[in-house]
Amino acid sequence: MALGAIILALLPMYASNYVISIFIVLFANVALATAWAFFSGATRYISLATASFFGIGIYVLAIAHVYVPVPVALAAAAIVGFLVAAVVGLSTLRLRGVYFVVFTFGLTELIHQIINWWEINVNKTTSRYIFTDVPNVNIYETLLVIALITIVGSWYVSKIRLGFALRAIGEDETVARHSGINTTRVKVLCFALSASVMSLVGAVLALRYPYIDASIAFNNSWSFQVLIAALLGGAGRAWGPAVGAVPLVLLSDLLAGSFPHHFSIALGLCFVVIVYFLPGGVTRLILRLYHAWWAEQTKTRTH
Amino acid sequence: MAGREQIILSIRGLRKAFGGLVAARDISFDIPRGRIFGLIGPNGSGKTTVLNLITAEFAADSGSVLFEGKEILGLQSFQVCRSKIARTFQLVRVLPHMTTRENVMLGRMFGSEPASPSHATREADQLLERVGMAGKADMFAAQLTYIDQKRIELARALATKPELLLLDEWLAGLNPTELRIGIDLISRIRGEGVTIVMIEHVMEAIRALCDHCVVLNAGEKIAEGSPQSVLSDPEVMHAYLGVDDAAA
Repeated sequence: MALGAIILALLPMYASNYVISIFIVLFANVALATAWAFFSGATRYISLATASFFGIGIYVLAIAHVYVPVPVALAAAAIVGFLVAAVVGLSTLRLRGVYFVVFTFGLTELIHQIINWWEINVNKTTSRYIFTDVPNVNIYETLLVIALITIVGSWYVSKIRLGFALRAIGEDETVARHSGINTTRVKVLCFALSASVMSLVGAVLALRYPYIDASIAFNNSWSFQVLIAALLGGAGRAWGPAVGAVPLVLLSDLLAGSFPHHFSIALGLCFVVIVYFLPGGVTRLILRLYHAWWAEQTKTRTH
Repeated sequence: MAGREQIILSIRGLRKAFGGLVAARDISFDIPRGRIFGLIGPNGSGKTTVLNLITAEFAADSGSVLFEGKEILGLQSFQVCRSKIARTFQLVRVLPHMTTRENVMLGRMFGSEPASPSHATREADQLLERVGMAGKADMFAAQLTYIDQKRIELARALATKPELLLLDEWLAGLNPTELRIGIDLISRIRGEGVTIVMIEHVMEAIRALCDHCVVLNAGEKIAEGSPQSVLSDPEVMHAYLGVDDAAA
């Protein structure tokens, strides 16, 4: 994995701009899907609020980059994402199952409309320009680091008490609560951590946009794409969502030229395949095949 | 009951209504330390409600629950657990996609004496051995039989290191052999100094284990005393056993 990271870090020296662009989108998706699975995969609180926090990150950058250096604007995006998620989490994480899903879906639309109203009535505008001269290579490296930290962080948390608490909440929240876990605190903290990564990714990607408006920033398709990437890869392990994001990003790029409006059909088909054939994602399948192969190897060796 | 006996849990005027249905009507009783205390009564009499009020699964409308002299009404469930009160559930609850060992580790890692995962692993294995599940530590809880799920639920509760253990029909649904093993196990847990409150319908177990019983009917306490005395109380016979069954 370290070798792969080094190769990816050095890639911009040799690759074309087109390849860099694809990798930028890929890293963004990997970070988003990993962050999503960190909370939703473990607790099974299926969130469709990815686009909300992603969009908040875009807006914080668009507003802040005029006044402060870009790194400060990025940090501000992560902090605002964390705080909004903490407030939202405190009020909604008592909802379970489909109620939580529907609420988080509606949240994006709610924030979208509030920002729209605020821009039109207070700021007398509908869009904002982003004036930065951050080269693509820097965006590439930043997102690579964010994606790696998210994966390693998610893996690390899965090994400590906090990760155990998250899984227990996903398994049976009542049991978790009666076994001494402060379930509210664990849920709100992890929901907010996951959201702060989403906001940060949104803010970094916004550096590439010449201008933004509320419909660009708060686009629900991000929520669905990220969810399906995570499930396709396997939301139960830290490196699963990253594996799932690769084919989806490539497919999206492939379809973008000739069939720009058909990607959602591909996502839908993906979802059906996951539900019927890959409940643990591609990574579970890979692990299963690997274990079978390993068992076969040891068997032939002993005979 | 001897007056100088130490009281571990003291319930006063506990009340809970769900809309018009009063599930617990001003219930009061004391639980002496180190004993097995039976909470009995017909279905729907409010036994599980009392357990849910003690462990803050529901919020009480009024009343007081003193645990070792301190008010615990108003705490949250995780705080009740950390203050050394553990419970099992009427409909057995396990973490289905986690292993037997992990189910027990949960209690050790987050209970009244939180431990690191590696420390919890060792103690979980010891507890599993104690409830007769040593060979099944790596199985997923969902794969286990009903009795085995009940065993790990008990091990999980014990892993939180309770002073007071609340068992909600833990012996229900066991066959005669399993029942004997279960009665033995509960009696050994008491021997280690844990006070036990058990909601139970199995008369054999109540007679064999309980030092003291409270009988509830329709949300009210109707009798209290030794198992022999309450089970022969005419009102209890009428409410709980049915007069004909009691005569037979």
